Amino acid sequence: MTDQSGPMTSASVIPVYDDEVVRKFVVATIFWGVIGFAAGVLIAFQLAFPALNLDLEWTSFGRLRPVHTSAVIFAFGGNILIGTTLFIVQRTSKVSLFGGSGLAHVVFWGYQAFIVMAALSYVLGFSQSKEYAEPEWFIDLWLTIIWVIYLVIFAGTIFIRKEKHIYVANWFFLAFILTIAMLHIVNNLAVPVSWTGAKSYILWSGVQDAMTQWWYGHNAVGFFLTAGFLGMMYYFIPKQAERPVYSYRLSVVHFWSITFLYIWAGPHHLHYTALPDWTQTLGMTFSVMLWMPSWGGMINGFMTLSGAWDKLRTDPTLRFLVTSVGFYGMSTFEGPLMSIKAVNSLSHYTDWTIGHVHSGALGWNAFISFGALYYLVPKLWGRERLYSLRLVNTHFWIATVGIVLYISSMWVSGIMQGLMWRTYDELGFLQYSFIETVEAMHPYYVIRGTGGVLFLIGSLIMVYNLVKTMKGHVRNEAPIGASTAKA
Amino acid sequence: MQKILEKNLILLCVAILVTVAIGGLVQIVPLYTMESTIEKVDGMRPYSPLEQAGRNIYIREGCYTCHSQMIRPFRDEAERYGHYSLAAESMYDHPFQWGSKRTGPDLARVGGKYSNDWHVAHMVDPRSVVPESIMPGYSFMADRELSYLNMDEHLYTLRQVGVPYSDDQIKSAVADINTQANGDKGDVDAFLARYPKAAIGDFDGNPDKVSELDAMIAYLQILGQMVDFTTYKPEMNRR
Amino acid sequence: MTLETLYDIARSTWVVWMVLLFSSIVLWAFLPRNKKRFEEDANIIFKDEENGAKNHG
Repeated sequence: MTDQSGPMTSASVIPVYDDEVVRKFVVATIFWGVIGFAAGVLIAFQLAFPALNLDLEWTSFGRLRPVHTSAVIFAFGGNILIGTTLFIVQRTSKVSLFGGSGLAHVVFWGYQAFIVMAALSYVLGFSQSKEYAEPEWFIDLWLTIIWVIYLVIFAGTIFIRKEKHIYVANWFFLAFILTIAMLHIVNNLAVPVSWTGAKSYILWSGVQDAMTQWWYGHNAVGFFLTAGFLGMMYYFIPKQAERPVYSYRLSVVHFWSITFLYIWAGPHHLHYTALPDWTQTLGMTFSVMLWMPSWGGMINGFMTLSGAWDKLRTDPTLRFLVTSVGFYGMSTFEGPLMSIKAVNSLSHYTDWTIGHVHSGALGWNAFISFGALYYLVPKLWGRERLYSLRLVNTHFWIATVGIVLYISSMWVSGIMQGLMWRTYDELGFLQYSFIETVEAMHPYYVIRGTGGVLFLIGSLIMVYNLVKTMKGHVRNEAPIGASTAKA
Repeated sequence: MQKILEKNLILLCVAILVTVAIGGLVQIVPLYTMESTIEKVDGMRPYSPLEQAGRNIYIREGCYTCHSQMIRPFRDEAERYGHYSLAAESMYDHPFQWGSKRTGPDLARVGGKYSNDWHVAHMVDPRSVVPESIMPGYSFMADRELSYLNMDEHLYTLRQVGVPYSDDQIKSAVADINTQANGDKGDVDAFLARYPKAAIGDFDGNPDKVSELDAMIAYLQILGQMVDFTTYKPEMNRR
Repeated sequence: MTLETLYDIARSTWVVWMVLLFSSIVLWAFLPRNKKRFEEDANIIFKDEENGAKNHG
């Protein structure tokens, strides 16, 4: 029933882990990552060169944008999250998976089917139009079933654990799985027009639907892209740095404050809209408060390396992990700033938001995932080390330059367009027509696309490196740090 | 006590769920119970079947990824787009289409701003009327016949989620689409009694069929047109 | 004392009990007598090494 991995020394203490399914999730992460990044590059260039829409219904920006967001969040992010949670929960509970390898494979194939159904449905023209919750009702139902099985496996494994305490990473993972279930169900409640058709009408309308959607949308960020990935941080950074987390007690406070505060922040997506003012104010207040636990977590991640900073020079995997925490700190500083109503009045509806999302998504989520992949692949495939550490280093720098191009171009274009919209000439008329502000975006859209290309190239280098590692090849190269001063 | 909590899986799960449920309960539930959430206005009505069909195409094509339908109460937005949006104006929107990004302009009050002919040219080839536009072309909408024979089922479903369609409106849904898209056929007066202010005509300039473009333009032309702002009193609707 | 009055009290004093709840979590986390066990918890992740204990030196 279970699949054996790695040699065992003390059979009485360490069980046989179900790693076959984790290997599958790792491969799926790599596969969907490349697809999602490539889709992002394509739609980025569609905004610079509209001819790329081809004027076909299946290839227009409006249909491909959800393909990109779902591919990177739910396919790339989802697979690395489920994979790493299943990897970590076994090792921190010292038992193999509850339900065995078979049930875990149901989650694996069920989740891939969800991704394929969702992507196909957008391209073919089925969408609920709720951002990051675009799949129609039958796909939502399918995901709900898979998600419940996932929860049973994860919680069941903790339930039968041999370790007295539940490690803090698993707290974050539990919050991630439970909260996403709650958000997914409430936000997607809908009545189908017919049981044999895809179209449905969502239960909520107008202002209530807007609030429900951004309660979902913001907490998809908070619990999928933050809590889940923080769980990864609390495992992989200490493991790769070979020292326990800086302050476990801070991580306990971090957990409860993140869990409590995040859920309130949704209304900051609806500043100055028809949402009642009291709700907006509440959303802004909690968003600003979120800055504190976020930075507490960042400090905790960083300080784990105290006394071992030199490892950053020789270990590019650790560099990915630690840099991701830096980007986490940066975007969780920017986020509360943008949730202040006065700032939001400028930033909302512009590319600034897009840049902000990508500093989190590329810098934090993708970088920590890359770090986790570089950690996991040699372990899961029983290799002594990665094929090439130098290629990890190359990947790191190409991807970093890509991110910098991306977010700085979006800062400029976002703030510029926001200011242009509200500029008056000396006679008191609006200075710019809308289309003039669109025209002004062109160079920044080209730069943004270029940043995306670099990020995509970096990921392809990773694919090559990881495939070689899986095959057991080792590149003959000088060790990092010995002959180069780059750090 | 916390020691038990932290060792006990079930308690940990319950504590997490309670913690994350509070925010939603406090922020969402009052939006349903407080009467002041949606302003009192004159003129709001459910979408006509053709407008609703167009709205479904708007959703299908992901127009919301680039166009907002939510004008904020700023001077520049008022001058560019018109009166700021009211909650009442999207009360029959399942789902809402406020959007989050303006790669293109806001569309909350685009109704009546441009002629049907302009919309046809713009949808088929945006750069033929706005050379700098980066919008995709949607020529296929003009070619494709609208699928509307089950529009009564759509209206019925919408009634189930709270849109006050009458039996009469549901029964005449399919006929109303023909009436609105062709004008000369059907009972225009009865249609306008059901859906006041609806634009009537052969929207796409092709009288041979009811195309998806007909529905799309009918939807765009009603956006922001329903509420009667001559009788709207903002001071009565402080929130 | 009905459930409703209880709800009203909870509503009007939310700042107070929120602060109490938060400080008790912080207190619990940083109480000196919990120090040792949290340090042990932090090391859970190192007890699983497939190739025996810390092998990377």
